Amino acid sequence: MIMPLIKGLQITLSHMFKKPVTLQYPTERPQIANTFRGLHALNVSHDKAKCVACYLCPTVCPAKCITVEAGEDQNHDKYAAKYEIDMLRCIFCGYCVEACPVDAIRMTEQFELANYSRADFTFTKERLLEKK
Amino acid sequence: MDTLILGLPVAYYIAMVAKVLVAFVFVLLTVAYATYAERKIIGHMQVRLGPMRTGWHGLLQPIADGVKLFFKEEIVPTQASKFAFLIAPLVALIPAFISFAVIPFGAPVTIAGYTVPLQIAAFYDQAGQQVFDINVGVLYILAMASLGVYGVVLAGWASNSKYSLLGGLRSAAQMISYELAAGLAIIAVFMLSESLSLHKIVADQANGAWYVFKQPLAFVIFFICSLAEINRTPFDLPEAETELVSGFITEYSSMKYAMFFMAEYANMITVCAVTTTLFLGGWHGPAFLPGWFWFVAKVYFLIFCCMWIRATYPRYRYDQLMRLGWKVFLPLTLLNVVATGVWVMVFNK
Repeated sequence: MIMPLIKGLQITLSHMFKKPVTLQYPTERPQIANTFRGLHALNVSHDKAKCVACYLCPTVCPAKCITVEAGEDQNHDKYAAKYEIDMLRCIFCGYCVEACPVDAIRMTEQFELANYSRADFTFTKERLLEKK
Repeated sequence: MDTLILGLPVAYYIAMVAKVLVAFVFVLLTVAYATYAERKIIGHMQVRLGPMRTGWHGLLQPIADGVKLFFKEEIVPTQASKFAFLIAPLVALIPAFISFAVIPFGAPVTIAGYTVPLQIAAFYDQAGQQVFDINVGVLYILAMASLGVYGVVLAGWASNSKYSLLGGLRSAAQMISYELAAGLAIIAVFMLSESLSLHKIVADQANGAWYVFKQPLAFVIFFICSLAEINRTPFDLPEAETELVSGFITEYSSMKYAMFFMAEYANMITVCAVTTTLFLGGWHGPAFLPGWFWFVAKVYFLIFCCMWIRATYPRYRYDQLMRLGWKVFLPLTLLNVVATGVWVMVFNK
């Protein structure tokens, strides 16, 4: 009964001389994995969003957080007039990225998504483009 | 210098007051920085960093904590027993500090031709060249230690909350169970030193081996029982946050809450100081450094051990705690007393 108690003390003491694993967060940034799924971003090609408003991403989204409205440009091409993601609903599953046929959406490494109001969690097309 | 008060010069009284102040400030500072040390040490033992933001490596953390607690809103529950609720933190805090009065923390020093013993409640007889202290010092400490629990029980009862009451009651039961074993453990020390005076006990150890070597079982049991008596992990059942929210301090806020913590840490320092005095040779050590240094070093080492134990062991269950106290420690200490008695009879007489 006594030996396990001493063994426990030994273990905690040995930990004292190990390098702490703590990260001094705001000053030290974490190493983010390549496959990390953070905030979405809309990819840009020829100075405009690649999205062709095919509705595949809102269709596949299990959380129903993506709203797309299609528009028509001068060349009669379809484009996303409105593209919104409600981050309060998003579960970061990445299905939207997988479903996209034109590689218009990706997920960035940004994980600091705290905000003060509910409205601020709605990421519009403009805000998503900014994150490219 | 020639003015005498009760046959002693004014300088002597100044030295006495200075001694009390130094000891008090030292204990207060240690209390403040023990909270910091605890967070740091346990942090590192869990491969974390502990406080880092306030000052260099978080060194100003105790001051920040103090300021924060001081300015927090003070809440007294409407149904609480007001007077008892207000007085309880004081009842817990005062015995914790005054037990330090009888502990010798260094060799007597000479000031203006007068020798002053480094023990608050002590007197140096200039003619006989001898230190006189309270000759039942240990009894005084045990008495003060058992007074501390009044604060806890009072806090638990006055809060008018079931969690608090349960915490207070647990503390009372735990106190009785462990005070007995602790008291019996140090009886072996009195049997060897033939005195209850802490000064005499320290002097005895300087001449022979420290009592930790003569009475290892008593040392271990006394230290463990002391941890239980001051409600430290793994015996922190009165505040057991997973079961009782915060136990007897659930309803306390602001400085009154801080006072309970101060009492807990002051108790820890006192317990470590008493253990040092009774078992680790008090202020005696190799001659190349002053006595008070060795005393402080030993006390700090024991404080470190308390924190080390806290970082290692999980909390006892209540029935386990009672079983350990009554069925393991009490018989063991009784056996130890008998064995010591036989040993003293056979070898010392």
